[in-house]
Amino acid sequence: MKRFILFLPLILFLVLGAFLYKGLFLNPKAMPSALEGKPVPEFKLLTVTKGDRIVTKADLLGDYYLMNVWATWCPSCKAEHPYLLDIARSGVPIYGINYKDERAEATKWLTTYQDPYKFSAFDVNGELGLNLGVYGAPETFLVDHKGIIRLRYAGVINANSWGSKFVPLINDIKSEIAELAGDSES
Amino acid sequence: MIPELGNFSLIVGLAFAICLSVIPLVGASSNNLTLVRYARPLTFGVFLFTLISYLLLTSSFVSDDFSVLYVAQNSNSHLPIQYKFAAVFGGHEGSLLLWVLMLTTWASALAVSSLKLDEAFVARVLAVLGMIIVGFMLFTLLTSNPFERLLPNFPAEGRDLNPLLQDIGLIVHPPMLYLGWSGFSVAFAFAIAALMTGRMDAAWARWTRPWTLAAWSFLSIGITLGSWWAYYELGWGGWWFWDPVENASFMPWIVGTALIHALSVTEQRGAFRNWTILLAISAFSLSLLGTFLVRSGVINSVHSFASDPGRGMFILMLLGTAVIGSLTLFAFKASQLKSTSKFELYSKETFILAGNIALVVATATVLLGTLYPLLVDALNMGKISVGPPYYNAVFNPIVAVMAVMMGVAPIIRWKKNKAGTFRKELGLVALASIVFGIAFPFVYGGEFITWVAVGMGLAFWLITATLKNAKTTVTNAQGKIDLSRPNQSYWGMVVSHLGIATAIIGATMVSFYETQLDIRMDVGSKVTLSGYEFAFDGMKDVEGPNYTAKQGQFRVFQDGQQITLLQPERRIYRVQTMGMTEAGIDSTLTRDLFVALGDPLDNEAWAVRVYVKPFINLLWIAGALVAFGGFICMGDRRYRAKKVAETEQQTIETVAARV
Repeated sequence: MKRFILFLPLILFLVLGAFLYKGLFLNPKAMPSALEGKPVPEFKLLTVTKGDRIVTKADLLGDYYLMNVWATWCPSCKAEHPYLLDIARSGVPIYGINYKDERAEATKWLTTYQDPYKFSAFDVNGELGLNLGVYGAPETFLVDHKGIIRLRYAGVINANSWGSKFVPLINDIKSEIAELAGDSES
Repeated sequence: MIPELGNFSLIVGLAFAICLSVIPLVGASSNNLTLVRYARPLTFGVFLFTLISYLLLTSSFVSDDFSVLYVAQNSNSHLPIQYKFAAVFGGHEGSLLLWVLMLTTWASALAVSSLKLDEAFVARVLAVLGMIIVGFMLFTLLTSNPFERLLPNFPAEGRDLNPLLQDIGLIVHPPMLYLGWSGFSVAFAFAIAALMTGRMDAAWARWTRPWTLAAWSFLSIGITLGSWWAYYELGWGGWWFWDPVENASFMPWIVGTALIHALSVTEQRGAFRNWTILLAISAFSLSLLGTFLVRSGVINSVHSFASDPGRGMFILMLLGTAVIGSLTLFAFKASQLKSTSKFELYSKETFILAGNIALVVATATVLLGTLYPLLVDALNMGKISVGPPYYNAVFNPIVAVMAVMMGVAPIIRWKKNKAGTFRKELGLVALASIVFGIAFPFVYGGEFITWVAVGMGLAFWLITATLKNAKTTVTNAQGKIDLSRPNQSYWGMVVSHLGIATAIIGATMVSFYETQLDIRMDVGSKVTLSGYEFAFDGMKDVEGPNYTAKQGQFRVFQDGQQITLLQPERRIYRVQTMGMTEAGIDSTLTRDLFVALGDPLDNEAWAVRVYVKPFINLLWIAGALVAFGGFICMGDRRYRAKKVAETEQQTIETVAARV
């Protein structure tokens, strides 16, 4: 009996350990983050280059497209910029979200470094950014033909991340579109 | 090249640590003194190479080498230099390396200062430490290597250190905390060595206690700094949130408190041996559990650390190996360590044991509160969170019981005390405390609040009982005061206990008498709170090295006289674009005036939060006193210069003769 008492701490720990192990496969933060799989939130904003043009969700066109959160105060955005130009040249539409920035600075940026964006929504108060759950710039969202966010990527896009994160999903989207086209024909 | 050298150095350190965890044990069990004597040089080797590795990582930070992933994630070329040093442990990978460095520092300190202890025993202790170091080094190298490169496409600029961490409190807080946590591994190693050899006498407790005291004191400082930082930096005006991460640091502290008391009983009376061993194992296990909770992301916390199930799995394995191994050893070997002394109901042993039980119950309640959300989730019963109401409801009564016993325990004698004597000694003090407690809320606040009466009464009791006892202790037989009469560890106890009383006063006062306003303030408007008038004069734009800020100008008046200008800020850090609140605080011993900016409203108006917090500074003073008491106690003569007992001398000689 005395011996059994000495084993008690061990048994207690084993029970606790089992729970801790199970805990590893649960996600306490599962609820708030998941924007992937959700539609792009509604918005109504001016653009950076044209102070009188109002853009909304309906202006985001394309079978699939990228939404890129950028700002002139963000040095990593500068590092990412040349690569965005390459992507835009390859035919992928990119819509910019100019996040909490100044219009004059942003316009200068787009003329100096060239403009890869179809347009850049001028999100000066960060409302759209808030709805998208942006923590900082740069962040890029991949949206499919149904207007559903398929990927949220926080960080700089480069050949590496483009090839490993975006290209496979874009291929998936393309094949889904092809399937859809096939269905409607038959 | 430098990061590769750092990585290599850590691997060399690992090789040393593996040798350290094997060779001395083989030597000790086969009575081979040559092998036993490898323990110290191997320890120094582990320390040296870990230190080199840490310094090389630091140099990557200082030289802005953003090809190192960890540097790119946690630093920026505009980051002020002191924060570059702090950024080394600003993320998961570097803080682990700091953990390892602290651990090896403890091991080398033990190796240096234990020359007079039994050599084979020290070798075993160092070997156990070696095993812990191996575990943490493997964890660092395999799952969280800070030297990983971002080649060939490395960024031109780093993502900067989390702005919350760019603060003096955060430069000092983590090293203190890690010193405390990793320090409990020394007590753990002593306990394991005791279980291995079956040797656990007064000498054992005398060797173990100063190390435990050191770790515990550092942990006290670390926790206090953390609380202080949360108070002035998070801008929520609170000082303790019962957040899982805070609990992770607090639980080892509570068990450590129980351990240093149990060790004193083991040392002086030879009692509570199994209990002491169990506490030593628990203190270290809770430190590991804390690491697990913080690093694996199983629990939601305001402290956002990157979580990664792979890492969580590794720490769980580490925790499992350490705890299952040690508790199994305990289960099989514990009963060999027989207790020799008996004690009666009215004795110091009883009171310390009762205090110990209260501390363990307190730890269990905190542990339950911390893990409850996880348990409920694991049983598919939904997602819940446990908040301050739970902790206040269960923790406060335990503290109250503790405080009562802390007044009695120093006075009562070891082994057996006549039931009447301490009643006679403390009866008057008890009566005065009750009167003081009941009177205080009426006099100070004008109305009776039960918990204020309890808190202030207990603090009064603890202070007067401790001082009365101190006076009796310094009075010699001739009725003269002789300060050298009690030993140094007695004074340490007095200081720490007074520290706890100070903490009780601070916590009671600030919890019940703080006043707060959440209001909209237009430029030029004034508000009055607890006799202080706050005038908002508008905002100023301020430019920091790596942030821009809006700084509010608040003049504070008391009786028409301006007493201070508070300048709270809302900062935007350029790189992480994170908004940060920097509170404006004016501090004196009796109160803090605290203004934090909320959000900007229309017409230049701002949402503002104003607090007057009475006696909050007592909390930080209390932390300092508690830690200082621990250090005083640690410096007691009997823990230094100890001659090797004759029997031990003989064993060493016989071992030497065989070699």
